[in-house]
Amino acid sequence: MTTDVLIKVEGLKKHFGKLKALDGVSVDIQKGDVAVVIGPSGSGKSTFLRCLNLLEVPTDGKIYFEGIDITDPKCDINKHRQKMGMVFQQFNLFPHMTILKNLTLAPMKLLKLSQEEAEKRAMELLTRVGLADRANSYPSQLSGGQKQRIAIVRALCMNPDVMLFDEPTSALDPEMVGEVLDVMKNLAKEGMTMVVVTHEMGFAREVGTRVIFMDEGKIVEENTPSELFTNPKSDRLKTFLAKIL
Amino acid sequence: MEFYLRILIFFDKIKSFFQSLFSGELFIEIREKFINTFIVGDRWKYLTDGLVVTLKVAFFAVLLGIVIGFIVAIIRATNINTGKLKVLNFFCKIYITVIRGTPVVVQLLIIYFVIFASAKIDKSFVAILAFGINSGAYVAEIVRGGILSIDIGQMEAGRSLGFNYVQTMWYIILPQAFKNVLPALGNEFIVLLKETSVSGYIALQDLTKGGDIIRGRTFESFMPLIAVALIYLALVMILSYFVGRLERRLRNSDH
Repeated sequence: MTTDVLIKVEGLKKHFGKLKALDGVSVDIQKGDVAVVIGPSGSGKSTFLRCLNLLEVPTDGKIYFEGIDITDPKCDINKHRQKMGMVFQQFNLFPHMTILKNLTLAPMKLLKLSQEEAEKRAMELLTRVGLADRANSYPSQLSGGQKQRIAIVRALCMNPDVMLFDEPTSALDPEMVGEVLDVMKNLAKEGMTMVVVTHEMGFAREVGTRVIFMDEGKIVEENTPSELFTNPKSDRLKTFLAKIL
Repeated sequence: MEFYLRILIFFDKIKSFFQSLFSGELFIEIREKFINTFIVGDRWKYLTDGLVVTLKVAFFAVLLGIVIGFIVAIIRATNINTGKLKVLNFFCKIYITVIRGTPVVVQLLIIYFVIFASAKIDKSFVAILAFGINSGAYVAEIVRGGILSIDIGQMEAGRSLGFNYVQTMWYIILPQAFKNVLPALGNEFIVLLKETSVSGYIALQDLTKGGDIIRGRTFESFMPLIAVALIYLALVMILSYFVGRLERRLRNSDH
């Protein structure tokens, strides 16, 4: 194994009171991986993703990002979050700003780009997702699919090393799922490292380089998509797949 | 019998009113009263000087109230959201409880006669302090509600981009919270402007006190007090107009 490990997770635990949302998760995310996390609701897959950039503070365990232990309290997590883009189920665009402002705020304030540089980069990315004409709109004027594409662009504007997707299509009308998945597919093709929590099995199969199946706060099975979907080993995965496919 | 008599007197009054109206006596009387109240001895200056004091006190008290209110609100909201800042939050809660639990006149008197007891100090400074501290408690609760009404996803989105807590508050949460609470804040400022009318309790000559001094000089109540009331009304209407305009401007992003 000589490939670069981008994120290394060791014995990750997250407890909410008595509930063990994560109960000892260890996994390596390699550079260029498109790791798709699937599992029944309540299996801890969203919590796992949110732990990766410490939106949830783990109860126990270590997370190394680019070789640095980000669970160490002395580590400046804000610096590392700049390198980890995140896309939410509910988009979470800033409603009081135009699209362009949404995209340029963080690059200007955090990366200290000039307004021109930030806007140039934002417009490039907007053009790529086909929304350049909406630069001066407000989020409330966009459809769900457009909002989510903007949210992806907002994360990309920070030039991240990894993108975290937390059920990015779950809040969308069915006919809008495709446009968001297309953007994600293109991103994967360009070699972006991605961790995706999703219920879109088609996406997992087509785009994923590996699929992680979680249940009850643990990783039950992990494999390449073709292996995992056609040849599930554990009973838990077999019943899960039987229900959804 | 007495009742019957009173009705007779009442009609008599109405009769003399119309009589004086047609003979022009009423206008002469009003004119005399007006001159006596405002012109003689330049008494109108009590009102204009008082107005300046009222505006000064209200303006700086509002500023002080906003500063205190936002700081307290951020501390309280941070404590509720993250469980941090326990000690500060404790003091903020005491502050809010005490200020909201006691009358503003009593607070004004305590600050003037107890805290600055024998110190020679500018009365309008004391008034600014008292009304600012008082208003801060109400602003704090309004703004805290505003901050907590913003979806938690906004904070998460800001943090996930790499902003720290304070930056996320400043760039993302507070602008939205401010917009949501603007009507309530505008209302608070209107209340504050009118509340300064008790400044007379520490012998500060504000607008109300000015009118009252005229009343004492002329033994005529109607003119000075109505004039004072009309000036307050005009101030509040102007203030409402500007708050309304600001509201409409900020609402532009909610289509």
